Amino acid sequence: MVDLKNVFKSYNKKKVIDDVSLEIEKGTITSFIGPNGAGKSTLISMISRLIAKDNGAITIDGEDILHTKNNELAKKISILKQSNAINLKLTIRELVSFGRFPYSQGKLTKEDEAKIDEAIDYMELREMQDKYLDELSGGQRQRAHIAMVIAQDTEYILLDEPLNNLDMRHSVQIMKTLRKLVNEMGKTILLVIHDINFASCYSDHIVALKDGKIVKQGRTCDVIDKCVLKEIYDMDIDIKEIDDRRICVYF
Amino acid sequence: MKIRYLILALVVLSIASLFIGVSDITPLDIFNLTESQQQVMLVSRIPRLFSIIIAGMSMSIVGLIMQQLSRNKFVSPTTAGTLDAARLGILVSMMVFTAATPLQKMLVSFAFALLGTFLFMKILEKIKFKDAIFIPLIGLMFGNIISSISTFFAYQNDLIQNMASWMQGDFSMIMSGNYELMFISIPILLLAYIYANKFTIAGMGEDFSKNLGLNYRQVVNLGLVISALVTASVVLAVGVIPFLGLIIPNIVTIYQGDHLKRTLLHTALLGAVFVLFCDIIGRVIIYPYEIPISLTVGVIGSGIFIYLLLRRKKYGL
Repeated sequence: MVDLKNVFKSYNKKKVIDDVSLEIEKGTITSFIGPNGAGKSTLISMISRLIAKDNGAITIDGEDILHTKNNELAKKISILKQSNAINLKLTIRELVSFGRFPYSQGKLTKEDEAKIDEAIDYMELREMQDKYLDELSGGQRQRAHIAMVIAQDTEYILLDEPLNNLDMRHSVQIMKTLRKLVNEMGKTILLVIHDINFASCYSDHIVALKDGKIVKQGRTCDVIDKCVLKEIYDMDIDIKEIDDRRICVYF
Repeated sequence: MKIRYLILALVVLSIASLFIGVSDITPLDIFNLTESQQQVMLVSRIPRLFSIIIAGMSMSIVGLIMQQLSRNKFVSPTTAGTLDAARLGILVSMMVFTAATPLQKMLVSFAFALLGTFLFMKILEKIKFKDAIFIPLIGLMFGNIISSISTFFAYQNDLIQNMASWMQGDFSMIMSGNYELMFISIPILLLAYIYANKFTIAGMGEDFSKNLGLNYRQVVNLGLVISALVTASVVLAVGVIPFLGLIIPNIVTIYQGDHLKRTLLHTALLGAVFVLFCDIIGRVIIYPYEIPISLTVGVIGSGIFIYLLLRRKKYGL
C-alpha cells in the first residue's frame, strides 16, 4: 500500500502540492487526472523519490521512502517518465536489461536473462530486440520502456503520461497491457493521464487534482461525474454510459 | 569493425613505430642489436610506443566518459575546458613550487582539471538551450578563457616558451624516466571498465538513474575525477592532443552503439591505433625531422570532426 500523509511541496514559495493525503490499494490501477499545473507529475515524482517533498510522510508498505535504501526501493517501485528523453544509441534488449540493474548491478545472471526474455515477449518486441531505440517509432519506444519496467519487476509501477505522442491504436494497446499487468501479475499501477476517457475505461480508482489539492478521490464511477468534472475542469462535460463504460463528451 | 582487426592494426603499427626513426634499426637486427641500438630501443623507441598507446587509449576513453555523463556527443577534454585547465594547473605548479617533481605537477594539474571540468558541468546544468553544437562551443569559449589566463601568467613569469611545450602534444621528447607517470592511467581505465554499466545508466539522466537505485551524483563525480586525472597525466607527459576524445568515441558509436560495456574496448583500441598512425605519419613526412603529434592529429582529427558534424543526422549522433 502506498500511503501519503499531509504532503506539501512548493517551488519558489508557490505551493505545488498542498496538503495531500491519500492511500493507494494494492493490485489496482489509479489514475491521476486534472488540468495542467495541478501537480500530478510532481506528486508521482515524489512518491518515487525523484523529487524531495517539503513536508509530510510517504510510506510504501509501511516503510518511509526516505529511510529505505535506494537499491531496495528500486526493486519495489519503478517510475517511467516521458521516454523520448533518452538519446543514447542502445538496442531494445540493452535497455530492457538495465531493468535488472537493481538486482545484479550489471552482471546478468541466468535468472536476469530469463526475466528480460519474459519482459520482451510480454511487450511483443522479440523480433526487433536488437534494433536501436532511435530507429523505432514512438509507440515501439514506449513499449520498450515499459518492457524495461516489467523486467525491473517491481510491485509498484508509476507512469508519467504513458500515452503522450501515441496514436489511438498504441494507446489502447498500452492501456490493455497495463490492465493485464494488474490482473495477471498483481502489480499496482499509478499513472498520470490527460485523456479522461482512458482514465474512465481502464482505472479502478481516480485521484482528481487541482491547484495542488485533491478535489476528489475514489472509485472511477464516483469521480467520473458531471459535478465533479465541472469542479476540476470548469467545463460542462456530458457523461454517456456506453456498454457499462462512462464516456465523457467534452467537445 | 571486428575487434581482431583493431588488434592486428595495433600490432602492425606498433612494430612499425619501433623501427622508424633517425638511427637505423631494422627488424632483422632485433636479435643482435649493437649497444647503441639497444640504448635507442630502451630509452626512446619503447617508451615512445608505450606513451603513444596509453595516450591514445586514455584520451579516447576520457572523451567517451565525458560524452556519456554530459549527455552530449560533442563534449570532450578539448571542448569542456579540461585540457586548458590541466595546463593552467601545470603552470601554477611551476610558479608556486619552483622545483616541482612530476608527481606534484600532476596533482596540481589534476586539481585544476577537475575544477575546470566541474565548473563546465555546472554551467551545463544552467544552460536551457541544450543544442548539440551550442554546448561544445560554450566549452571552447570557456577553455579559451582559462587558456588566456594561463598565457597572462606565463607571460609575466617568462614561462611562455616553457608552456608552449604543453600546448603542443609531442612524443619526440618522450624518454624513459620522464613518462612513467602515464602508467597511472592504466588502473584508472580498468576502474572505468568496472563502472561501465553505471556510466551508461548515468548517461540516461538523473531520473532514470534514481529509478534504478543508482547514486547518480556519485557516479558522475567519479567519472569527472577519472577524466581529470587521466587528462592531467597525459598533458604532463605528452602535451595536448586535440580532438582525440571527440572523434574516436563518435566513430565507435556509429558501428557499436552507446552501451559502454560494448564500446570501451573498441574505443581504447581505435584511439591507440589512430594516434600510432598519426605519429608515424608525423615522423615520416619530413624525415629526418618530425611534425608534432598535435599537428597531425589536429589536421586529420578536425577533418573527421567536420565530417561527423555534417553527417551527424545520418549517424544519429
